[in-house]
Amino acid sequence: MMNLIGIWIAALLTLGILSFLYKDNPIYKFCEALFVGVSAGYWFVSLFWQNIWPKLVLNLHAAALKLLAGGGVDSRWFYLISGVLGVMMLMRLLPKGGWISRWPLAFIVGSTAGLYFITYLQSNAISQIHDTLVPLVTAGNGRFLWIPLPFNIDWDAFFVFVGTFTGLIYFFFSIEHTKLAGKTARVGTFFLMVTFGASFGYTVMSRMSLLIGRFDFLFRDWLHLTH
Amino acid sequence: MTGLDRLLTLDRRWIFLLIAISVSIPLFLHAEQTITITPEVRGISDTVANLPAGSRVILACDYDPGSAAEIQPMTVTFLKQALTRHLRVIIMGLWPQGPQQADIALREALTDPRVAAVAPKYGIDYINLGFQSGNEVVIQRMGSSIPATFPRDARGRDVSNFPIMQGVKDFSAIAYVFNVSAGYPGTVEWVQFAGDRFHTRIGTGSTAVQAPQVYPYFPRQLTGVLGGMKGAAEYEEITGFEGKGTRFMLAQSCAHVVVVLFVVVGNVAFFLSRRRQRRIGGEVAGS
Amino acid sequence: MKRRVPIFLTAFVGIIYVVQFFVPHRPFSGMQDLLNDWVQIIAAFAIWLGVLNLMKVSGDHVYRRASGWPLSAVIIVSFLATSVVGFFFSGGERFQDPGTPFDWIYNSIYNPLSSTMFAMLAFYVASASYRAFRARNREATLLLLAGFLVMLGRVPVGDQLTRFLPEGYRLSNLADWIMNVPNKAGQRAIMIGIALGTVSTSLRLILGIEKGHLGGES
Repeated sequence: MMNLIGIWIAALLTLGILSFLYKDNPIYKFCEALFVGVSAGYWFVSLFWQNIWPKLVLNLHAAALKLLAGGGVDSRWFYLISGVLGVMMLMRLLPKGGWISRWPLAFIVGSTAGLYFITYLQSNAISQIHDTLVPLVTAGNGRFLWIPLPFNIDWDAFFVFVGTFTGLIYFFFSIEHTKLAGKTARVGTFFLMVTFGASFGYTVMSRMSLLIGRFDFLFRDWLHLTH
Repeated sequence: MTGLDRLLTLDRRWIFLLIAISVSIPLFLHAEQTITITPEVRGISDTVANLPAGSRVILACDYDPGSAAEIQPMTVTFLKQALTRHLRVIIMGLWPQGPQQADIALREALTDPRVAAVAPKYGIDYINLGFQSGNEVVIQRMGSSIPATFPRDARGRDVSNFPIMQGVKDFSAIAYVFNVSAGYPGTVEWVQFAGDRFHTRIGTGSTAVQAPQVYPYFPRQLTGVLGGMKGAAEYEEITGFEGKGTRFMLAQSCAHVVVVLFVVVGNVAFFLSRRRQRRIGGEVAGS
Repeated sequence: MKRRVPIFLTAFVGIIYVVQFFVPHRPFSGMQDLLNDWVQIIAAFAIWLGVLNLMKVSGDHVYRRASGWPLSAVIIVSFLATSVVGFFFSGGERFQDPGTPFDWIYNSIYNPLSSTMFAMLAFYVASASYRAFRARNREATLLLLAGFLVMLGRVPVGDQLTRFLPEGYRLSNLADWIMNVPNKAGQRAIMIGIALGTVSTSLRLILGIEKGHLGGES
């Protein structure tokens, strides 16, 4: 019974959101506000039960029990510092004293900066350059169109190399894009246009897939018109 | 108002209606679609197929219901392939909705007779560790200790009590990570931390919006890429577990053709109007 | 205190993370594990801050009877209802178990609203394709052409349209080549550029040159 009610509510909320396509209306506004409130509640509850409760509350509880039982000071007391920093973060809501939230914010920014400094260099720069600089000509019998050659040319790797190099030249704004640099950047522009075109095609695919999923729910799960 | 003017000033609600029709009608039809398998999808399927039975794999569900329509089929198919191959699946997520979506996918996977025949058990063949906040810091922490990062499963039970987690310290105990991702945090973070830092093999199922951006990681940093619903359909085709990805391909094809036609018609109308304006401008200049 | 301590904290934490990469042993490994756990907890509070701020703003709208205040009331009521159900009526840590009231809210309210919000984008992308995408010059034409080839090549209809061509030379193969060669090259160039920028910004943050995250004086 609850399942049936749930499906009807889901369907009506879906139609409520879709009503915006005709024009803005109070039903859509209500559904939008409901979404915002329920999302906020969802995150609020999930973060408590899955993060704050097991990592902060239970750890401190276990440390306190150990201390009360005469077991001495446990290393889990260190979590108290993170709890204090967390509460400092919430003090941003206060009209005065909100500056104290900069301390935990500095923590997060510092950790992210330290992590990104290494990982972006390793994974997104050096690894990518490594994968671009591959042998383009190797020994063996190959051909160019119908013309036999005494070596192999990896044309795909060649185009990837050319595209990456010219694309980087395009983004290098410290030199003027004239003469040779300008021509190179222009080639890079063409590769980037193909990249953006591919992204556009995939974006259309993504959005249509989401719509198909919604219509499938309406026709199959709600109205039982398809199987 | 000429036909050209009507085309140029077409109320966008007519476009919405045409899209709705082009997506709806194929859902009532059935037509066999030939789905060609790309090397990116084969990379994932072959990697999973070659893992020894009993290997632990991580299914990282980093998406929410907003993206579920196109990538949930990937989660379902991966679970079906992994469980029927007797792999041990550790589910977790960097998005709070991810593990819950994985639960929904698991319920669907368990209805497949081939999976039901294997009779996978919670805590032995699979486990759901739930969500942890912190984005990439979570992956970094897992590299040091997975049980310390996820001390309790999604139901609040101590993970050390489950056989599947016995002997699991860090990524060295994990044979493969399959990340189903809709954005940040997701595939990029898994490649940067679990892949390049802790040398774990990674495969990804991404939304079609994100997929083009992760191609540079393939094939060295990623064993494979499932891009959008087409990627899901290919994965279903190659593993033999047909699902929503395959079923929706007809609707997807129709939608794409309609969008291409929209662009063509829009451009034709634009160029015709530009030519008309030049002609009018020439006539005015001449007179 | 207001600026010096946060700048020092940013630098200290950042340096620990960098050093630990090169010296993954004690004491740096232990320090980083501790900092990782702290960051996870602080991150949870940071999201709580966002949620509570939303409630504060909505509450302010309702109190002042600002324009659209009934919708702010809906936000507050739905937030409170979801939170109360999740905290007290869904089995505590088992709040996501199938069949709990919280799970019902997720499947019947949150799921359809979230999915439909994003599904609406399909209509807008189609409308934009018709009204805005114009092949005004060579670059735009190339972009549209690549888009067409990928859109048609990535669905079965593309191979059906080109089935007269030999296998290996059909639209799906062309789309695959576009994704694996020119797209990969362009994305790689963008990726390397962003990586270098990120590294530079991270270094500036650790060294205290960049102070934007601390905001203005209060």
